[in-house]
Amino acid sequence: MPLSAEERREIEAEFPHYPTKRAVCIDALKIVQRHRGWISDESMEDIAQLLEMSLDELDGVATFYNLLFRKPVGRHVVLLCDSVSCWIMGYEGLRAKLCSKLGVRLGETTADGRFTLLPIVCLGTCDHAPAMLVDEDLHRDLNPEKAEQALENYK
Amino acid sequence: MEKPLTQHVRPDGLAQDLRAYEAVGGYQAMRKALRMDPREIQQAVKDSNLRGRGGAGFPTGAKWSFVPMGPNAPRPKYLICNADEMEPGTFKDRLLMEAMPHQMIEGMSIAAWAIEAEVAYIFLRAEYVESARRLQKALAEAYDAHYLGKKVFGSGYNLEMYLHVSAGRYMCGEETGLLNALEGKRANPRSKPPYPQVSGLFGKPSIVQNVETLCNLPHIVNKGAEWFKKLSRTADGGTKLYGASGKVKRPGLWELPMGTTVRELLEEHAGGMREGLRFRGLLPGGASTDFITEENLDAPMDFTALQKVGSRMGTGTMIVLDDQTCPVGMVWNLEKFFAQESCGWCTPCWSGLNWAERALRALEDGQGKEEDLEKLAFQSWFNAPGNTFCALAPGAVEPLQSALKYFREDFERHLREKRCPWK
Repeated sequence: MPLSAEERREIEAEFPHYPTKRAVCIDALKIVQRHRGWISDESMEDIAQLLEMSLDELDGVATFYNLLFRKPVGRHVVLLCDSVSCWIMGYEGLRAKLCSKLGVRLGETTADGRFTLLPIVCLGTCDHAPAMLVDEDLHRDLNPEKAEQALENYK
Repeated sequence: MEKPLTQHVRPDGLAQDLRAYEAVGGYQAMRKALRMDPREIQQAVKDSNLRGRGGAGFPTGAKWSFVPMGPNAPRPKYLICNADEMEPGTFKDRLLMEAMPHQMIEGMSIAAWAIEAEVAYIFLRAEYVESARRLQKALAEAYDAHYLGKKVFGSGYNLEMYLHVSAGRYMCGEETGLLNALEGKRANPRSKPPYPQVSGLFGKPSIVQNVETLCNLPHIVNKGAEWFKKLSRTADGGTKLYGASGKVKRPGLWELPMGTTVRELLEEHAGGMREGLRFRGLLPGGASTDFITEENLDAPMDFTALQKVGSRMGTGTMIVLDDQTCPVGMVWNLEKFFAQESCGWCTPCWSGLNWAERALRALEDGQGKEEDLEKLAFQSWFNAPGNTFCALAPGAVEPLQSALKYFREDFERHLREKRCPWK
């Protein structure tokens, strides 16, 4: 499916902020991901053309970032912090609990398409470790039970 | 005790809006700055001994002095706020952005005026969703008030300021990697020279400063360099946002005089170790700093003193290791992070950090070999400054080399017992 008028409008609204079109590529990739959940090969071609970049250059950028998804993800993305403070404060217990509850390993999506579970680097809330980010919501001071409970609110 | 950066942080955790910021003197510093010559501001910042709060501690005024000034300087010039706070164990800039967004915008405006920049970017990490919301709102308020845009504060000065939200990669926090990222390229580091002050973003003169550094500027302009120096207990000017995480009684974040000792932070502010746990060591300022142990706890937390005891202040947010947490496991966790976040541009980093990560994992799994310890020691100097394009790998091996020094016996026990004794 080609870029929608709305996606195109949102991307073009970023143009005045930068002297080149290609500088908008992170914004463009994120705009498409916000609308579609992930960035397909077809969307990549459309964005590259709009920004006058080669497809390879754009993919070099897209694959560089932790939060740009080049594969489909679930309705909700669970980002579980695996950096040092959370590791000290009980990351491994959280991971074991979430993996067994969801029936997935890190990097996988549940069979019903509800959750994708991903590791993430330090979320910058280390005095409230361990922590996770579900979609745009930060959950802190977790233990395995609290983490499991928190997911109930995401249908 | 004065706390210029955080004294107006709202107890309810909400952001201070424009009206509240102005009610306590907000944006008076920018008005004053516009009546000063940009070089005068540069001098005041130099005199204040303000050093960059992103981790490296480079003197801010000296950094600005390399920017070409005057009518013949290349245009546009850029001021960039590095808000890509991704150093593991670091959570200080988040507070400044969420609680005091206008203080940061005013600090950026002052820095931009001081180098005669006409465009400013906030480079924010993607995971700071709340910071993005609050900064976007504060930027809109500032534009509506004509504090940003054309002829700010009724002066002849034009300043555009944009929020750029990244997509998650530690490497973007490195100065030249950040510049590439803002240009829409992979965030590989650039070789220097040329330095960004001369040829930075889009090839134009650019200054990149950390959030906390910029937030200090309104106070320096308002109250002067002498006042700022007196906030500190040591030669580095100002206060510092210090923090602690790990198994201490009260993890947290505190604005205190620069040079507060490690022991005061650990024992008074963080409340010491949790019941039943013994202190073993700490990383003073994020993942890429060397461990210090009991013998150096009386060192003042500033850029100079911690270097004397073989570490760095880094971001000033310490990560504490207790006796029921495995030091080898902790270092493995750190090296896994650095190996993953390496941009892959230069060999010692992408190759070396992966070797280190694998050797540490093997030790943890009881599969370690005698020569692994030598390999780890080799990687420590192989990734030293000068062998790599940027500071990622030298930072990565700081906790490794110091762990090998202070926790040698624990590494050897993993070898001897062919298991992790903490599991």
